[in-house]
Parts: sequence; C-alpha cells; structure tokens
Amino acid sequence: MTSPMRIRARMAGDVADVRVLMAHEMETGTRKGSDGKIVPAWFIQEVVGSHNGKPVMTAQWGPAISKNPYLQFKIKGAKAGDKVTVTWKDNKGESRTDEAAIA
Amino acid sequence: MSMNRRDVLKVSGGAAVYSALASMGFFAANPAMAAWKKEWFEAKSIADTLKAMGVASPAESAELAITSPDIAENGAVVPVGVASKLPKTEMIAVMVEKNPNMMAGIYEFTPAADPDVSMRVKMGQSSDVFAVVKADGKFYMTKKEIKVTLGGCGG
Repeated sequence: MTSPMRIRARMAGDVADVRVLMAHEMETGTRKGSDGKIVPAWFIQEVVGSHNGKPVMTAQWGPAISKNPYLQFKIKGAKAGDKVTVTWKDNKGESRTDEAAIA
Repeated sequence: MSMNRRDVLKVSGGAAVYSALASMGFFAANPAMAAWKKEWFEAKSIADTLKAMGVASPAESAELAITSPDIAENGAVVPVGVASKLPKTEMIAVMVEKNPNMMAGIYEFTPAADPDVSMRVKMGQSSDVFAVVKADGKFYMTKKEIKVTLGGCGG
C-alpha cells in the first residue's frame, strides 16, 4: 500500500518550482532489526517528474536518500494551471503516480 | 553472484560480512530494474564511482553550487541542493564520500528543466559531498564538506 505524495508546484518568475514529499521507508538493507536480522533493502529507485505529460526530470536514487524523501526540481517555460505529474518506482516494483496543478 | 552469496553466508558473522551480504543481496534482488544504474550505485570510492560513470577527471567548476548546512545535526536527514549554471546541463550526480555506497542520487534533465534540485540524504558521518555534473558532453565537479553531529545509519 502506498500513501499519496504531497506535491506543491508554484511559479517563481518564469520557472515553476516543484516540491514533492513522498511517503516511503527508504530502508538501506544494511540495518539490523530488533531480531538481529538484516532488514531487507526497500527504497525508491526512480522518480520521474513530468510537465503536461512530458518528462522533464528523471532521478535515480540509491538507499542513501532519506526516509520519506523530499525532492525539489524546477520546470522552465511553465505557466500557472499546467499539470505536474510525479511517478516513483521502488526496488520491489511498486510504484505510485500523483499530480498537481501549478499555482 | 549467487555462488558468491552462498560463500558469504557460510562464513557468517562480522559487521563487514553483513554489509557485504546486504549490498549483494539487495542488488541481486532487482534484476528487473535494468535501467537503474547499478554499477554507479555499487561503487564504494570516488575513483570507482567516476570509473563506473566513465568519467576521467572532471574539472572543478565555480558554476556549480551545493547548498547545504555546514553542520547537520541529524545525519538521517541532511538537506542538500545542487544547482548548475553551466549551459546544457544534462545530469547531476550527488555523492557522499564516506557512505558505504557513495552514490546518493542521479538526476537527468531535459532542456525543459532547470538543473537545480534539492533532496535530503542520509550521512553516516561527517564527509565531503560531491556533485558531478555533465554539461554539453563534458564533466564538471564540485564538493562541499558537511559535518554531521549524529550519524544517520543504523537509526
């Protein structure tokens, strides 16, 4: 089960400033749980940010990204009302897509 | 790889073995993610990472900026921002030198995106943070030291 992302997109001059907060454990795979066993790695590997359906930024992440990841990126040539879509995919193959309008 | 894991399992015990096992285990568990730059994330030193990326010796550039606090109180969440003013920036890679695997994130941009990203990373201890940027086919880099008062691993 995945929780929705919080996406804020706002115009700053002629560039849209997009801030995303994802809900994810981001388990490194090097940490031991209370039973002394390694907690298996579980982290987001890929994030795609799209503007009106066109990908503009692709991120690949390792487990060094913090739990409940925060990501900020900027889109050129955007205007208020445009659609911003963010998709993530983790190492277990789970994925989630959320969208927001630029304010 | 699987033979290797067996051997490691038989030896068992010891922190080094555990971490080796874990890194092999979790990378081997994702054969489906072919697009994920496995070699980039597996590298354990700056030289290995640059080699995996196919970069010889990136030039230091003043057009790159790493934004972060000089001292981070909590290593589990260290805010890091990287911005490039170099024309035609295609990619920004962020690395934490003293983490078990250096690579934290790779960001690729189309011309419609401003090469300016912020994220939060885990840091086990105080370390240099490197940003390697590809712009117009060439590689550039910059670094910044971030001191951590409380480690972010094992938490």
